[in-house]
Amino acid sequence: MGPTAPREDELLDGPVAGLTPAQSARHLAGDIAFNDEIFTPETGLGPVFVANSCGSCHPGDGKGHPFTTLIRFGHTDSLGQNEFDHGFQIQNRAIPGYEPEQLPEGTPFAKFTPPSNSGLGYLELVSDEDILGMAAANAKNPDGVRGHPNWNLLPGYVTPRPNSRRQGDRYITRFGKKGSVYNLFHQTVVAYNQDMGITSTFDPSDVYTLKSIDPEVSDRKVRDVVFYLQTLKAPIQRNPDDPAVLRGQQLFVQTGCESCHKQTLKTGYSPVAALANTEFHPYTDLLLHNMGPGLDDGYTEGSAGGAEWRTPPLWGLGLAQNSQGGQVYLMHDGRARSIREAIRMHGGEAASIQKRFEEMPAASQADVIAFLKSL
Amino acid sequence: MRNKLLPVCLLVATSIFGQVPVDTTSNAKMDALFGRDTTLHTPKDEKMNLDAVYNRPFLRPGKLPISKGGYVEANTQYANTDGVSEGLSFQMRRMTIFMAATINRRIKFLTEIEFEDGTKEINIEFASVDFQFNSLLNLRTGILMNPIGSFNQNHDGPKWEFVDRPLSSTRIIPSTFSNVGFGLYGKKYTRNWVFAYECYLTNGFDNSIIANTQNRTFLPAAKVNPNRFEESFNGVPLVTLKAAVKRRKFGEIGLSWMGGVYNKFRDDGLVLDQRRRVDVWAVDFNTVLPGSRTYLNGEFVWARVDVPSTYSQQFGRRQQGGWLDVVQPVLRGRMLGWNTATLNVAARLERVDYNVGTFNETNENIYDEIWSVVPAISFRPSPTTVIRANYRYQWDTDILGNPPARTAIFQVGFSTYF
Repeated sequence: MGPTAPREDELLDGPVAGLTPAQSARHLAGDIAFNDEIFTPETGLGPVFVANSCGSCHPGDGKGHPFTTLIRFGHTDSLGQNEFDHGFQIQNRAIPGYEPEQLPEGTPFAKFTPPSNSGLGYLELVSDEDILGMAAANAKNPDGVRGHPNWNLLPGYVTPRPNSRRQGDRYITRFGKKGSVYNLFHQTVVAYNQDMGITSTFDPSDVYTLKSIDPEVSDRKVRDVVFYLQTLKAPIQRNPDDPAVLRGQQLFVQTGCESCHKQTLKTGYSPVAALANTEFHPYTDLLLHNMGPGLDDGYTEGSAGGAEWRTPPLWGLGLAQNSQGGQVYLMHDGRARSIREAIRMHGGEAASIQKRFEEMPAASQADVIAFLKSL
Repeated sequence: MRNKLLPVCLLVATSIFGQVPVDTTSNAKMDALFGRDTTLHTPKDEKMNLDAVYNRPFLRPGKLPISKGGYVEANTQYANTDGVSEGLSFQMRRMTIFMAATINRRIKFLTEIEFEDGTKEINIEFASVDFQFNSLLNLRTGILMNPIGSFNQNHDGPKWEFVDRPLSSTRIIPSTFSNVGFGLYGKKYTRNWVFAYECYLTNGFDNSIIANTQNRTFLPAAKVNPNRFEESFNGVPLVTLKAAVKRRKFGEIGLSWMGGVYNKFRDDGLVLDQRRRVDVWAVDFNTVLPGSRTYLNGEFVWARVDVPSTYSQQFGRRQQGGWLDVVQPVLRGRMLGWNTATLNVAARLERVDYNVGTFNETNENIYDEIWSVVPAISFRPSPTTVIRANYRYQWDTDILGNPPARTAIFQVGFSTYF
């Protein structure tokens, strides 16, 4: 008489299989902090902000909706400094009595639609060596696909992993639309601070005054949220044996999509055994690619130019409408309203591959899209 | 502007209804109920939602000057949301104690002290002194329940066939919402009609209605503020007006409005924000269909909140909802040794839309809504006691309109006056 549970492959939330009871408890603590904790002015929200909870932007741990789209602005100079002195992100909402930030006139900016959280722990465990290897392998790509990692400065609270590669004082960063974030801890601290206006001991700077204030979230809670993100399961492909899906997968590879959207990566060591030393299928190479003038917003992060975007993982793509209110808002700012439209927006390094897709028979295109929807 | 309506309303009501003689014929009935003269002078078949606070079967404590009573309700439930259950729970929802005193033939006092979920919440829901000048003009002062809709006044568990309180009456209207204040009420009788009005000024809401952990505009968040019994949050009274009309042997319909400034727009002489209003309108009705004796009871509510345009769209500027209960007695009379037992089948259909509007970014509908249907069976061994079994099926849709969370809840419980 009660509702049955949705199939596991229809959900993006939930932990990776094989967590110990202690790890499950920690995942649950992070889940509560991520999805249930709503910040109010009394608990530190803002005073200027983008959203008042983590879950507001990532419903069901899936892709977010344009109503929580955030705006990054400015241009990083040769010293790695933003030309504006009030941060790099617009807090476009404010608690009552305050005015939200306005985009400085004439400033280059980009809108970022919140990404899915699924499988982030696997992506975090890809070695720098593998990322550099994927970039090197593109050197002679006949389609003109190249790609490079984002080399970026790290904030003081981020400790580089052992064996991290560096160029001077810069490290390979991999998370975010422009791949400018080093790891999930870095991402979590930035999101608390820039998205919600919540200070922590790691980043005590108030987004409104830019002065240090008392922490508004505990270290423990930040760490729990990081652990939660690290231990979210990878999306599960649906209908993998469907003939159309299988044909589409073959075409996806033949067409050259896999040059950037790598099917299989592998993790390195992790204290969480369930994540360690395993292959997974995210459909990304974690590299920045020039996507052409159509996607050049002029906004830069780290070593990512205005037209350069980190290859977004395609896993979970077919479930986007379950977290975006029955619609789909794809590409970095949600400008594409369908998978087909998103493919057509690929330019720059992907232009010849996109052209190849357009020249396919309609049935083949449908197979490719069926495959993408199965992810 | 709306504050100016109060004296006009009183003037019009007084001029229309005029002064009526006290209905002494009804006193015997009220004496039987309370053990003493209670000054309401309302025959039993003319009870309205307005009378609910005194229309309770108190115990008679002999010669003590205070009559006491109350009600208790408890239940067990098994809930399942999208296939995930937390198992079986036993709940002591509330125990409420009434105490009433007739200080003078036309001055009375009543209080209602409620313990919810054991002692998790302890509230004085009602503690007022009523002064009757005539049936059309009564002064009520103290902690009173704002008469918005019908449920806020008429919420005693034993009166309902459902374990859960109606959603729109607890999540848009913050039942049971009580405040310190004062006001006037009265009734006017004609041969077939009864008219009633209520006008109150009380303390009101606060900033929490748009800054709460529900992550939505949520008027009940103001109930958490215990200071509302000590001082107004912003110095501006909340106005509550209600007019109701009852056709004898047919039914009652009520129209009510509650409005005021909810935010702290100044503090210590400094301006913090502009004045922001909250307004709630409600329509309630009840009737018994002739022939089938089917009881229909419902309430619909609309709320408008001035949320800053620069604040999150998570917090709705408009809300609406409602519920309809249908109760059909199927057996009456002697059952299992009880002489006045009743077996009912019932159903409730209810909806809450927390956020009426469209997203600025996409111009698409903002959801954040609930639909629920609750079939029920109730057995009343006596009119003051109900044993009830409910099955609730509920759809909770998030703000974006993603596939709703589906919840099924089995509930078996009781509620009884004592």
